[in-house]
Amino acid sequence: MTNILLFVVLPYACMAIFLIGSIYRYVNKGFTVSSISSQFLEGKKLFWASQPFHWGLFFLFFGHLIAFLFPRAVLAWNGQPIRLLILEVASFAFGLCAFIGVILLVLRRLTTKRVQMVTSKMDIVVFLVLLTQIVSGLLVAYYNRWGSSWFAAFLTPYLKSVFVFNPQIDAIASVNSIWLKVHVISAFSLIGLIPFTRFIHFLVYPVDYLWRSYQQVIWNWDRRNIRTSRFWKRGVPFKNN
Amino acid sequence: MDIRSQVCMVFHLDKCIGCHTCSIACKNIWTDRKGAEYMWWNNVETKPGTGYPTKWENQDIYKGGWEKNGDTVSLKGAGKFKGLKNIFHNPHMPVLDDYYEPWTYKYEDLFTAPEGDDQPTARPISLVTGEHMDVQAGPNWDDDMGGSPDYARQDVNLVKLSAAEQESMFQLERMTFHYLPRICNHCLNPACVASCPSGALYKRGEDGIVLINQERCRAWRMCVTACPYKKSYYNWNTGKSEKCVLCYPRLESGQAPACFHSCVGRIRYLGVMLYDADKIEPAASVSEDQLVDAQMDIYLDPFDPEVIRQARLNGIADSTITSAQNSPVYKFVKIWKLALPLHPEFRTLPNLFYVPALLPTMATVSNGVYDSTSQSLWNGVESNRLPMKYLASLFSAGNTGKIVDVMKRLMAVRLHRRGVTVGDLNSAEISTAMNEVHMDADTANAIFRLTALATFDERFVIPPAHREESIEMLEATGDVKGNTGFGFKETPARGL
Ligand code: SF4
Ligand code: SF4
Repeated sequence: MTNILLFVVLPYACMAIFLIGSIYRYVNKGFTVSSISSQFLEGKKLFWASQPFHWGLFFLFFGHLIAFLFPRAVLAWNGQPIRLLILEVASFAFGLCAFIGVILLVLRRLTTKRVQMVTSKMDIVVFLVLLTQIVSGLLVAYYNRWGSSWFAAFLTPYLKSVFVFNPQIDAIASVNSIWLKVHVISAFSLIGLIPFTRFIHFLVYPVDYLWRSYQQVIWNWDRRNIRTSRFWKRGVPFKNN
Repeated sequence: MDIRSQVCMVFHLDKCIGCHTCSIACKNIWTDRKGAEYMWWNNVETKPGTGYPTKWENQDIYKGGWEKNGDTVSLKGAGKFKGLKNIFHNPHMPVLDDYYEPWTYKYEDLFTAPEGDDQPTARPISLVTGEHMDVQAGPNWDDDMGGSPDYARQDVNLVKLSAAEQESMFQLERMTFHYLPRICNHCLNPACVASCPSGALYKRGEDGIVLINQERCRAWRMCVTACPYKKSYYNWNTGKSEKCVLCYPRLESGQAPACFHSCVGRIRYLGVMLYDADKIEPAASVSEDQLVDAQMDIYLDPFDPEVIRQARLNGIADSTITSAQNSPVYKFVKIWKLALPLHPEFRTLPNLFYVPALLPTMATVSNGVYDSTSQSLWNGVESNRLPMKYLASLFSAGNTGKIVDVMKRLMAVRLHRRGVTVGDLNSAEISTAMNEVHMDADTANAIFRLTALATFDERFVIPPAHREESIEMLEATGDVKGNTGFGFKETPARGL
């Protein structure tokens, strides 16, 4: 029963909240969608905290994604022990980066009065979830070594079943690592928290900057046609266009 | 040719009295809010001085603006690669202490302090943390050269001067300063727009005002570093950047921006100039000594029939073209060649031009006697107290010839007017000065008039936004067609 609650109900609830909430917030509360950086109030300590934290998470996120999408490729890579070792050590290093980063971020908040002035209740929740997520991940990596190999056997089937709306929780329920379960549960909680926290900023990571032209000029009406046209011209939409 | 219209500005520095009325007018309207207290979209600094934020001109520190990169330009400290690389921590971003920590006073204590031997005082408290603070710096801490060793001596424009030249600027009998009011330049090649990863900044096509879409800004903070003039500010409370909006709601209804309207010295002029958008990139990419000329080339003659024809094709209203013809800015910048852009070497093609101050000429002290007399009424411009090199570093990317030229023109007008009003000058001296800069009496009189006597309507020639079109600047009118009005967003259909 508990397993169903934790590994079926919670994931679906979180993902539903994530989808509906994020879209609602983006469309209707565009002004609140921001990374609300505090570098302006404190810039030095932030460097040593934010850089390892974000880059650590950046690589871990894509690592997890690849392992989930292409489990066979990962297994093939792991065919030689040395390559497995490289992969595991690198992942653990990124995990440590993220861990050190988040600790420094917490310390920075605790010791900088200016930054405390812009710390909200949800920021505390964010830190708690992140700490749970990163620490549980590190513990799994340490106690249940070679995760990149057993990931495909234990987690992929479960996650896949969740995403095809046919949840099979046997594999995950039978895992005897409490930290792995914590890791999965906190991951779904984190997703569910996106619409209510500053986590929303990673949905608006500006990849489109790469192919956009540098200068942006916006006309509010079609400047060539407005003098002659007898039809209404639609203006450029104002919202998060 | 891709003709567009741009609202441009001229500040006549000879007339600025450094009263900060402009700053206060702006503050009262736009930045009197939590998170914006430290922002001065309009600020007035003393030159020589380090300005606000401290040393903003020093791009070795802040990496703002563009740099020449072969035939084109690239952003110095931002851009696609650098921007996304530095998105988690922007190494060159100014922080609160580079501006100043805003404060208020605990006035309440004056009333509630218990009876005692001492006068109660209102202690300063920080507007960020609410704690008591020792005020260390303010936005105009270098006013009138106060604290010169810390401020004036650190002016980055001095590095181009020799040690002896610098020293002479700080001898008491030679010391001088002028004010430099600054707002956003609403540049033609805005570094702030180019640097914004989420595309929140944009230039309005109709009038060229550069704005930040508050809904799209995600606090990536790149514009704060990229603007070489440090005129994009980060609101630490809302997590959004903000900048001067050139009071566009006022402009759209035909009023001058608040800082222009309130200017006590009447130093400010505003008007439209037509420009060729195709020339922006080439003009931003020329070598430094060409920059001013290349920029001047972008602005077109609004009386030229071909320009008018092309402008109409591009959808520019006739009323805007008429405004461009009456523009005081066009006169100062293009016809009379009296106004220059601030720091053209940042290559953003700023649209705010400055008429440099014709400062008092040099005096000497010999045998303990202060002597400022010379053969002529005013000394030649070469003995201006502020070295030409210094002014060139401010207004012409080091091209001293440009500054000398402007100074000579200003001087010719003065001599001519002295001849008209007092008549104590030798007419040969006047005509030499006038001929040297190819100026006739009518031009000199016109310059004098627009400088000294101009009325409100002569100083601000604001193109009508056209009521019907100005509504379109706020609303997509097509969306509400068939409704009862612009406040009413849904079709007033009969209910069930
Ligand atoms: S002055 Fe700065 S903020 Fe204003 S348009 Fe130019 S680059 Fe942008
Ligand atoms: S109000 Fe005018 S005169 Fe006064 S400081 Fe501002 S620009 Fe100068």
